[in-house]
Amino acid sequence: MSTSFLLLLIVLIGFISYFAGRARSFAQAGGKLSNLHSLPGYHGSYVAIWAILPAALVLGAWLVAAPVYIDSSTRAVLPETVQAQGGATVELALGQVKSVAGGLKRLTAEEVSALESGSANLRSTLAAKGVALAGEGEPYMITAAQHFNAMTVTNRWLMSAVVLLIAIAGGVYAIRNIATRFRARNQVERVMLGALVVASSIAILTTVGIIASMLSEAGRFFTMVSPFEFFFGTVWDPRFAAAGSGGASGQFGLIPLLAGTLYIAFVAMLFAVPIGLFAAIYMAEYASPRLRSTAKPLLEVLAGIPTIVYGFFALVTVGPFLRDISAQLNGLVTGNYQNFIQAQSVLTAGIVMGIMLIPFVSSLSDDIITQVPRALRDGSLGLGATRSETVKKVILPAALPGIVGALLLTASRAVGETMIVVLAAGVAARMQINPFEPMTTVTVKIVNQLTGDLEFTSPQTLVAFALGITLFVITLGLNIYALYIVRKYREQYE
Amino acid sequence: MNIMSEAAVEKALDQKMNTVPYKMIGKDVSVYYGEKRALFDVNLNIRENTVTALIGPSGCGKSTFLRTLNRMNDTIENCRVTGKITLDEDDIYDPTIDVVELRARVGMVFQKPNPFPKSIYDNVAYGPRIHGLARTKSEFDDVVETSLQKAGLWNEVKDRLQEPGTGLSGGQQQRLCIARAVAVSPEVILMDEPCSALDPIATAKVEELIHELRTNFTIVIVTHSMQQAARVSQRTAMFHLGNLVEENDTDKMFTNPDDQRTQDYIMGRFG
Repeated sequence: MSTSFLLLLIVLIGFISYFAGRARSFAQAGGKLSNLHSLPGYHGSYVAIWAILPAALVLGAWLVAAPVYIDSSTRAVLPETVQAQGGATVELALGQVKSVAGGLKRLTAEEVSALESGSANLRSTLAAKGVALAGEGEPYMITAAQHFNAMTVTNRWLMSAVVLLIAIAGGVYAIRNIATRFRARNQVERVMLGALVVASSIAILTTVGIIASMLSEAGRFFTMVSPFEFFFGTVWDPRFAAAGSGGASGQFGLIPLLAGTLYIAFVAMLFAVPIGLFAAIYMAEYASPRLRSTAKPLLEVLAGIPTIVYGFFALVTVGPFLRDISAQLNGLVTGNYQNFIQAQSVLTAGIVMGIMLIPFVSSLSDDIITQVPRALRDGSLGLGATRSETVKKVILPAALPGIVGALLLTASRAVGETMIVVLAAGVAARMQINPFEPMTTVTVKIVNQLTGDLEFTSPQTLVAFALGITLFVITLGLNIYALYIVRKYREQYE
Repeated sequence: MNIMSEAAVEKALDQKMNTVPYKMIGKDVSVYYGEKRALFDVNLNIRENTVTALIGPSGCGKSTFLRTLNRMNDTIENCRVTGKITLDEDDIYDPTIDVVELRARVGMVFQKPNPFPKSIYDNVAYGPRIHGLARTKSEFDDVVETSLQKAGLWNEVKDRLQEPGTGLSGGQQQRLCIARAVAVSPEVILMDEPCSALDPIATAKVEELIHELRTNFTIVIVTHSMQQAARVSQRTAMFHLGNLVEENDTDKMFTNPDDQRTQDYIMGRFG
């Protein structure tokens, strides 16, 4: 019985239990629903939960535990000589046994007996059936594989029987519990609460897990390269690390990458903040509802464009355009048609990232501006102020903390942005202040260090985790501070 | 002295009031919110240096009428005003009129105190600053002090002018808003239920203030409280279902109204 069929059966039992529970509560009510503590539907759900939930939990646990047990029991069947070699050899043998086991199922009885008697070659017989075997295959493998297959089949039957039994037993137990004053409704409520708690714990635990794995990998990096060298080093030159090349040591200075990251983010904010903020003010204060209802979603479409698309927009359009126009400008002024803006430069990346950030700035600021109470607007207009005076002197100051929070959130996005800078900013880790030259960012270097043929033991690869955790701390700090400011601002008006 | 008959007293009062010139004249004023009509051909004149109270049950159009007087209705979507309203001789709905200038002449105090999130000083100086009514620091100081004095708030706040206006109590906030309106030196001050969010003591102070402000300003006040209308106003206008029911001297309105609906409303039979 396959697992999915088993699951289907459990659900079916659940269905039946639901109707059985409902019918029983109807019967107990004696035609008057008000006799019941809970509506019949709740009794039905209660029974269904008892039928499905324990069975499903046991099924899950079994599916996890059984392969471990079968493996260890198969390992025990392997000859002493193999077991004595320990570790990797045993695992290799086990893997082969499993492929043989898969292959055995496809053979006819005669072929199997031919193999057992040793008159047929294991590898070629299996190859004829489409099962590739890594080694020549040893005779003991056939016995082990047969043991494995037998175990698997028994396990299947046992699991199906136990799970179905638990499902039925759960249903029966729950049905017997049903009585007029039985609080099925509260029981169902508790299960709902449990489900919600489980869902949110999964979300939180995943985050914790990600951080933990990053921390442990970064910790391994810092055993090879000192944190001082990493955080305060001014040269980024990790050298090439091919798989197995080992000893090549490089310099892992964070500073040039951090400088590039912050510089590009700064240029991006320089473009995004004024445009986004003005757009938000227009949308919130001036635009008629009809215009607003069409223009605002259009602006927000920008936020939905995948950043890789912005990336090749930068690569194909903005970069060459800036390069050509700089050549023209230079030619007009000095007569020398030499471009002074590189196609891949801080400016290119900054402009395109700025375009990407506009909808974030405008949409967040718009929300905050519209939260400023109408009374303040009216108060200012009632004193004879124009709209722009009202915006400048009353609304923006009132909304300022919130807007600052929104800008910090946007900045943390700019710092963490990857695809645009990979394509538009270049890969040269340099420390310089000319915005027309390429620079690189932390995210670009993470991508660089983690693409290609890698082994996760060299500092060249592990540095990516150190970079990642640094970036994470920066954006987390920005986000927490931004949320703190935004929340403080909210309290002011609610 | 011979004792005048009641009718004679009324006549004398009427004559006294009738000599006061009109500051604003509303003729056939109708207001529509989209398809819905909120005011029906209201003819109501506002006398100079007089407190005019607008009363009536909720949704009767009194606030709507008040807001037509300085075109605050313009800020509401789909709102349309027909008819004619003049301030002195100027038609305030004339397309050539500057709405911003109009609102400097006709100031407004709102139902809920709405001080800006700025210092007390900056709240009062806001209007003079945007209208260029003062230039030097000392001129601003003067405007702020006299406005706060007129609003009866000076003694309470003179030592903490740089503290935020939002930190004052509700009643103080409302008087700050009145000071803010006064600082622009308007000719008319509109008040939309200025005491509805205040406790009785703060209300008494604001009412007293309204009484004093009458010497310098023309005041129109919307109120839900009959007693307040009786205490602060000289003229009262009663609205019902978007119509002007009756407009009369306050004394007469509360003793011997012409219209049965006014009588019923004042006696508390509906509303």
